[in-house]
Amino acid sequence: MTASDVAPVISVRALTKRFGDLVAVDALTFEVQRGEVFAFLGPNGSGKSTTIRMLCGILEPTSGEGRVLGFDIAREGERVKQQIGYMSQRFALYEDLTVRENLEFYAGVYQVAGASLSGRLDELMTMAGLQDRQGQLAGSLSGGWKQRLALGCAIVHNPPLLFLDEPTAGVDPVSRRRFWTMIYGLAQGGVTVFVTTHYLDEAEHANRVAMIHGGTLRALASPAELKRSAMQGQLLNVTCASPMEAAALLERAPGVNEVALYGAAIHVLVDPTRTSEESVSDWLSDHGIAVGNVAPIEPTLEDVFVSLIGTATVATGQSTTR
Amino acid sequence: MWSRIRSIIRKEFIQIRRDPRTLAMVLALPALQLLLFGYAFNTVVDHLPLVIFDESKDAYSRQLISAFGNTGYFDIRGHVDSREAVAAAIDAGDAKVGLVLPPRFGDDILRRQVSLAQLIVDGSDPNTAQTALFAGWMIAAAVSESVQQPNVVAARQGAIELRPVVLYNPSMLSVNFMIPGLIGLILQFQTLILTAFAIVRERERGTLEQLVVTPIKSWELMIGKIIPYVATAFMAVAVALLVARVWFGVETAGSLPLLVLLSSLFLLSSLGIGLFISTISQTQTQAMQLAVFVMLPSVLLSGFMFPRESMPWIIQQLGLLIPLTYFLQILRGIMLKGVGLEVLWGSVVPLAIFGVAVFGLSAARFRKRLG
Ligand SMILES: Nc1ncnc2c1ncn2[C@@H]1O[C@H](COP(=O)(O)OP(=O)(O)OP(=O)(O)O)[C@@H](O)[C@H]1O
Ligand SMILES: [Mg+2]
Repeated sequence: MTASDVAPVISVRALTKRFGDLVAVDALTFEVQRGEVFAFLGPNGSGKSTTIRMLCGILEPTSGEGRVLGFDIAREGERVKQQIGYMSQRFALYEDLTVRENLEFYAGVYQVAGASLSGRLDELMTMAGLQDRQGQLAGSLSGGWKQRLALGCAIVHNPPLLFLDEPTAGVDPVSRRRFWTMIYGLAQGGVTVFVTTHYLDEAEHANRVAMIHGGTLRALASPAELKRSAMQGQLLNVTCASPMEAAALLERAPGVNEVALYGAAIHVLVDPTRTSEESVSDWLSDHGIAVGNVAPIEPTLEDVFVSLIGTATVATGQSTTR
Repeated sequence: MWSRIRSIIRKEFIQIRRDPRTLAMVLALPALQLLLFGYAFNTVVDHLPLVIFDESKDAYSRQLISAFGNTGYFDIRGHVDSREAVAAAIDAGDAKVGLVLPPRFGDDILRRQVSLAQLIVDGSDPNTAQTALFAGWMIAAAVSESVQQPNVVAARQGAIELRPVVLYNPSMLSVNFMIPGLIGLILQFQTLILTAFAIVRERERGTLEQLVVTPIKSWELMIGKIIPYVATAFMAVAVALLVARVWFGVETAGSLPLLVLLSSLFLLSSLGIGLFISTISQTQTQAMQLAVFVMLPSVLLSGFMFPRESMPWIIQQLGLLIPLTYFLQILRGIMLKGVGLEVLWGSVVPLAIFGVAVFGLSAARFRKRLG
């Protein structure tokens, strides 16, 4: 193994970006290893796009440093461009160009030339399932197709590192699954994938997840580890009458660390040395709430996220209910 | 590097082809503008105040004068007794047109010679001047015809010839005058707007961000964006020249290669302004507003619409800060007078200085703003 094989593909130290008074990204430090699918998870406005744009060399960091594929992002941004693929949050396609023309254009810009070109284009179109739509204008494609075409454009030059900024936003579940299958295929081929999302279930597919909120890194580990370590205590699922009222009551119950509403149910994080399922149930009944069921459950990433951020306002629903 | 530029150019041409608005702007607009302006300049203005200095005072002169009075184009405001009085009346704005008939006017007709009459026209308003001359010629031709009736054989003899004298702005004379101006304006308008739009559109749609992540250099992008729109601008000029020739019968008197060469020099400054606008606009609407804001002084002060000679001194000086001013002098020189560089260098030098400076600064700014 050579040094470049073991060196991290991305490494940032105290990376910070300010827009005036607003600190959009606050002293991020992390590393991404070769071949990883690295998910960057955070709510709207948490600084995901800002981070990805600094890593791609579009945006200059205010302070801190970062290296991508061994190049300094502030000084050597140009040199890294041929080796990364980037899919921006809005699928940046030329809507008045056909599917094939879009691919051809990016192939030209990345200087994928000669004999390999038409083979590469066919390969990409097969991968994205776009063979039958080569001559269709990109603007007339529906969301899922656009997304796959945008991915095709981003990897036309076979980059070893791929940045995806919320690639599945606004795309139906079937297309999302299909998209992730493509991402896994790329990762198996040795491509490092840095993907931002606010879908918590998507982060479960990643090798490691960085949770970001308000520009700061709150946790960084594999999904399994996150669930194990980040939740201190036992998670209980409670169903009962008038959950809002019950949740407010539970906040004050002994041995209860956290309470979060999940639709009609309540997730309660308890300290198992101080309380139990029965005592929670009894405590609610004593306060005049008709209890349906109290059962221990495995935490999801959403529970972890809510626990870390301490509010129940994050991207709920969309991800876990699907 | 060239393959990247080529990709941009090819893409740009595909987009032009698919976008009916751009296509119309490139092909139909120049022809349309030319026809519109061509006829706008020909719109009939009637009841032009006319003063007369008749030294001949015979039947023929009276016939001509009453013909002038009867057509409705002219209102006879009075008779004066010297050329100076005619000029003074026009100076004072009491008259727009003066008709001078020399002492031998009637005699010449009788002796079957060409009889000269002089039409003195206020050229500061080209529209008026056009109409006056056109109407004057028609009237003179008609009267000429009638006085020849008895003697059809000697057709060329005994004719009345109207010699025009245009005050203030002699070159305002013909319809041709506006055609070079229009070509200059089309060149400026198209390169400026289309270049700015081509870049701002990509910013609006988010594809510019995508391009910045690719290995393409900002100057490559710039060249790739400019070349298609320079090409279409020249296409537009070709259309305009063709319409001018076929419809209005105006041909370029001077060297066409020189015209193309100096046009390219002029394009530097409008491309520069276009690039500059693209760096400060976030949307196409903003770009359009800025473009109009820039174009307006060009239209008003360059001498395209109003002759510079009749402008106040300070406005004339302001006009010297506009590249189109110099380019119009060059275009009119080449197209109408057929002159070459030896006459035009006085306009070419400032145009070159403007072009290099504006383009250089804008290109530098473009690089910084993209990176
Ligand atoms: N160019 C900019 N100028 C000023 N503020 C900005 C700029 N770009 C981003 N911000 C602000 O920085 C913060 C982080 O934005 P960013 O786009 O990185 O968030 P995000 O995590 O990608 O959110 P989303 O999920 O909505 O895409 C936001 O508060 C945003 O308003
Ligand atoms: Mg974002």
